[in-house]
Amino acid sequence: MVFDKTQFSVVLYGMEKVMRLAAKWYPEFQKRLAEKNLVAQFQLRDNSQGRAFTFKDGKVSSTAGIHPNPDVVLSFEDAATACRFLSPFKDQMDFISAVKAFQLETRGSDEDVVWFSETMNMMLDLGADYGVDMGKGVTRYTNCTNGGPVFVYVKDGKIIRITPMDFDDEDADPWVITAHGKKFSPPKKATLSPYGLAWKSMIYSKDRLLYPMKRVDFDPNGERNPQNRGISGYERISWDEALDIVAKEIKHAKQVHGPGAILNGSGSHHTWGAIGYWLSARLRFFNTLGFTPVGHNPDSWEGWYWGASHHWGQTAHNGGGETYNTVEDLMQNAEMVVFWSSDPEATSGVYGAGDGTIRRQWLKDLNIPVVHIDPYYNHTAALFPGKWLAPKPGTDNAMVLAIAYVWITEDLYDKEYVATRTHGFDKWKTHVLGEDDGIPKSPEWQEAETGIPAKDLRALAREWGTKRTYLASGGIVAFGGACRQSTGTDWARGMVYLMGMQGLGKPGVNMGGLQQGTPVDTRFFWPGYSEGGMSADTQGTGALVNMYQRMPQTPSMNTVQQTVPRLKIPEAIMEGHCEGYPTDPRTIEGQFFKYGYPSPGHSKVSLYYKYGGSHFGTMVDTNRYAKMYRSESLECVVNQSIWFEGEAKYADIILPACTNFERWDIGEHANCGGYIQHSFTQSNHRVIVMQHKAIEPLGESKPDYQIFKELADRLGVTSAFTEGASEFDWCKRYFAATDVPRKMSWKKFLKRGYYVVPPLPEDRRDPVSYRWFYEGRPKDTPELTPLPGDYTDGFRKGLGTQTGKIEFESSSLKRFDPDDPERPPVMKYRQSWEGPNTTELFAKYPLQLLSPHPKFSFHTMGDGKDSVINDIKDHRVLIDGWYYWVARINSQDAAARGIKENDLIKLYNDRGAVVCAAQVTDRVPPGVVHSYESCAVYAPMGKPGETVDRGGCINSLTPSRMIIKKSHGMCNSTLLEVCKWNGEESFS
Amino acid sequence: MSKWYFIIDVSKCWDCNNCLISCKDEHEGNDWPGYTLSQPLHGHRWMDVLRTERGQYPLIDVAYRPSPCMQCQDAPCVKASGGAITRRPDGIVLIDQEKAKGKKELLKSCPYGAIYWNEEKSVPQKCTMCAHLLDDGWKQTRCSQACFAGALKVVKLEEGELARLIQEEGLEQLEPERGTKPNVYYKNLYRFNKVFIAGSAAVKKGEIVDCAKGAKASLYRGQDKIAEAVADAFGDFRFDKLPEDSGVYGVDLELDGRRSQRVDVELGKSKNIGTLFV
Repeated sequence: MVFDKTQFSVVLYGMEKVMRLAAKWYPEFQKRLAEKNLVAQFQLRDNSQGRAFTFKDGKVSSTAGIHPNPDVVLSFEDAATACRFLSPFKDQMDFISAVKAFQLETRGSDEDVVWFSETMNMMLDLGADYGVDMGKGVTRYTNCTNGGPVFVYVKDGKIIRITPMDFDDEDADPWVITAHGKKFSPPKKATLSPYGLAWKSMIYSKDRLLYPMKRVDFDPNGERNPQNRGISGYERISWDEALDIVAKEIKHAKQVHGPGAILNGSGSHHTWGAIGYWLSARLRFFNTLGFTPVGHNPDSWEGWYWGASHHWGQTAHNGGGETYNTVEDLMQNAEMVVFWSSDPEATSGVYGAGDGTIRRQWLKDLNIPVVHIDPYYNHTAALFPGKWLAPKPGTDNAMVLAIAYVWITEDLYDKEYVATRTHGFDKWKTHVLGEDDGIPKSPEWQEAETGIPAKDLRALAREWGTKRTYLASGGIVAFGGACRQSTGTDWARGMVYLMGMQGLGKPGVNMGGLQQGTPVDTRFFWPGYSEGGMSADTQGTGALVNMYQRMPQTPSMNTVQQTVPRLKIPEAIMEGHCEGYPTDPRTIEGQFFKYGYPSPGHSKVSLYYKYGGSHFGTMVDTNRYAKMYRSESLECVVNQSIWFEGEAKYADIILPACTNFERWDIGEHANCGGYIQHSFTQSNHRVIVMQHKAIEPLGESKPDYQIFKELADRLGVTSAFTEGASEFDWCKRYFAATDVPRKMSWKKFLKRGYYVVPPLPEDRRDPVSYRWFYEGRPKDTPELTPLPGDYTDGFRKGLGTQTGKIEFESSSLKRFDPDDPERPPVMKYRQSWEGPNTTELFAKYPLQLLSPHPKFSFHTMGDGKDSVINDIKDHRVLIDGWYYWVARINSQDAAARGIKENDLIKLYNDRGAVVCAAQVTDRVPPGVVHSYESCAVYAPMGKPGETVDRGGCINSLTPSRMIIKKSHGMCNSTLLEVCKWNGEESFS
Repeated sequence: MSKWYFIIDVSKCWDCNNCLISCKDEHEGNDWPGYTLSQPLHGHRWMDVLRTERGQYPLIDVAYRPSPCMQCQDAPCVKASGGAITRRPDGIVLIDQEKAKGKKELLKSCPYGAIYWNEEKSVPQKCTMCAHLLDDGWKQTRCSQACFAGALKVVKLEEGELARLIQEEGLEQLEPERGTKPNVYYKNLYRFNKVFIAGSAAVKKGEIVDCAKGAKASLYRGQDKIAEAVADAFGDFRFDKLPEDSGVYGVDLELDGRRSQRVDVELGKSKNIGTLFV
């Protein structure tokens, strides 16, 4: 006790000396000290001992004892506790535990407490060296993007180039796969998507928001003029004014309306990095306020989540599947690959940059034939030619049934597997053969639905039934494509059925198209973005599984039990009520819990705080969102954004955020975690990146974290939000929570900027997914799901379905709603409710829209914002000074409408109209128009929501009807007409 | 002396445009004194990616051809420039941005359309093969570094090495008839400048129509059979690398001793002749 007290006074005495020396040696610390004049008191709770530090005009002094009037107090339970936590080597778990037990308390203004804490943390990394000196005044930093990891070359405070990463001798060599007597190994470098390469133009874009703005006719103390959102202009205001208004609006919403009044949501994807990501700092900040979150639909997984999961579990994958070591298995054992609604070239799988493209080139070396089923002759088909089958959009499932018909009638499926590994096949067989409805689902039958000649279907079924075949269904397993059609649930269910008939897990019979499942080391721990970063949110992220114990934090929890489903934000605002179903990856039944808005006893939304990318390009029937903003029920709209685009133009107050090149962050390329567990197996190399702050934030823009912190200062919740840690401190804590420190020191990681995880030797590679299932063994692939309670026959035995088998007849659907015509327990063919069979509408709008995920941008990242991506001919076309989005129309349809290449055409239906540049092509069959979704620009020519859009928001044409009624799922089945555009503003 | 060459494989290009974008990243906002002034943010395509589509639905293919300055040995631009454009001993052709100032007419001198006009700076500009980087020790240009598909490579070769590579890889220059002797060599250029005749072989078995897998397709010029192809599992066959607008060809099929009608095809651009029954 006496010893502890002596140590405490020595530590405190030494602290003043250390701070003085630090200020002398490090100008940044001197600058920091000059930020505030205050008195910080360290003491024991019983006032028996302490020392007060006075910060005045950049100088620090201290006196022993208890100050009569300190600004900040750090009070420890006793001297022993104080000594433990004043050590630079304090144990974070111990520290957090002490905080939670009130063994350590703070008093004073939250802002001052956090400033003092950050200042103390700062001393630990003073003089930290980062970046590589390239000579001639150039420093090479590192960063990570949606499109891949990058080197960032900076000279005189300006980024001069951004390149892909080439690795050097210090980095691990890549893996080698031996197949058919040949050795295959990827080049020792990372790859980068075009929207990753284009970042410099986006950072220095003329569309950057460089200072806070207020809508000119928004008076927070008077007339708010909500009817002018999206119409009126903006004026520059100071950060203080902007933050004061927003803080006041937040308080107003809470005090006057009560819990639930603050709505916050983000775009699907923000700038890369575990701290700045929307599942990280944003979530923690809004949890400290209590808010109504925007509930995300499983937007690229729809049919898998709402459909396929009922037949094979996989809820932790949103209904998509696992892919461990399938790259090696495919190369060694497969004889054919069917790419069904799968264009991994265009979508980079998802986040996968070009790594998969390198591997797919090996298909040619191995002479493995491929088939492409997609109404668009997509970029994977163009690069790796094979048979192209183009069913009418939304009819794919007729092909599924007809393939099964051929397999059944010609005895081309694995009957042993079906008997022992599946459940309920006979019921489906009855339907396939037409014994229940009198309609045999023959190749001839499907031809009338799909337009695919019966002979081609039969040839496909016979090839597939006689060759060990991999099925690539989406960018990875899932992600985009036909799962987003109105019949997408049926299609995804059908994909599982077909694999069930051919013996999923058998050597050479599995899912994927070399996009995911490389033999990188999955057992080396580095969390993905879904693990929640610094959010400490154990409910809304994967933090509970992986991060909560590893990066000790005070827990963060939203106190408001109200959600607005993302696809129904307009209805929630304009009609005041709506319903949704959850995206719950824990168990199959999670998706059955219908919820309503508003929640019982909760306030409706009055303040909408929007963050990140725009919904106009990415959601459905999006003119609704423009109309919503004019609603009086939204008293205030805040938008925190990097660029002046999309929904930012509909806010009352705009808060300018900087990019991840202007702040600190940390992350691994292509690592999502959570719902795409181990998604980095899309990469040829696991690349873990220190995302250096390469330049100062442009203009007055600030890191998202800093904006939240400054609002927290005004709301008195700073320590709950930041735990006294800066963005940089969080990066360091995050790093410490992973396996990297065992291989590379923090100092070196900070300096070098990245670590390449060495691949495991061949004999330690992961088992192939589902091989265990095929061979009747317990699951042996390295993932924690299904959860123990979801197994019927004991832990790790069987799939996550009730029977543990692939269920042709779904137990969960039988329990939930066996009579649901949209989702019967046994999948049947359904025609689309917006397609060639909807006669009346089809007569008016005789073309079908195909709107997949874009090739040159990732959601709204890359597009618009004066990015150089706009110069790509297949992305936008410059006509009369405007960059028009491209729409692809069949040569016959074009001729019938007098449309020529690069004509301005209007795509329209009752929901909206979009002007695009025509690309006349035979890459789509007659009757189909192809144009990517997800543009960043929304540019209505007149009244927002009611006039022609020149921005390219194809999603203003898509329906807002749910993919199936009992879901919160989007679909893009759309009928439309196309004509030459003559400059008119009206839809029709 | 060894020289720099672009080696471009058309069959590996899929229009990712990393070449175009990395070129813009390197040159937009950056002057490289002694090499080139900065490129405008938009409009220039020092590396242009051209698209061609062959055939008709559903038998089509699509190819892309990255197209930079051809770094010609007998460059018309050098001749026309009055000393403003020169070719270095390592083969790289550079536009002197001082001497070429105001000379918009130089754009017309390039038969490949590879010179662009910088309106703001009033100077013609083009691909420098990233000479400022190669001179600084880089082993690749920005575009070749960014090309993960391996479609675009830069190599420095002696003449003998080049000749061997041309032979082994079947490399071609673009429009060699112009006589400019480009230092850009293409592989699988037929995907861009030749055409095909394709079709689907089918067979009737009672009421059922099936793909005629394994059917032997023959291509005739008059009475002479000039090529054969075997129909794949879907009955599809293709005769490729034919010259555009090359007149009338005949096609017939044979399967298990049965022969189809002969179909005559007037070949302009690539042609999908549809389904032929054996």
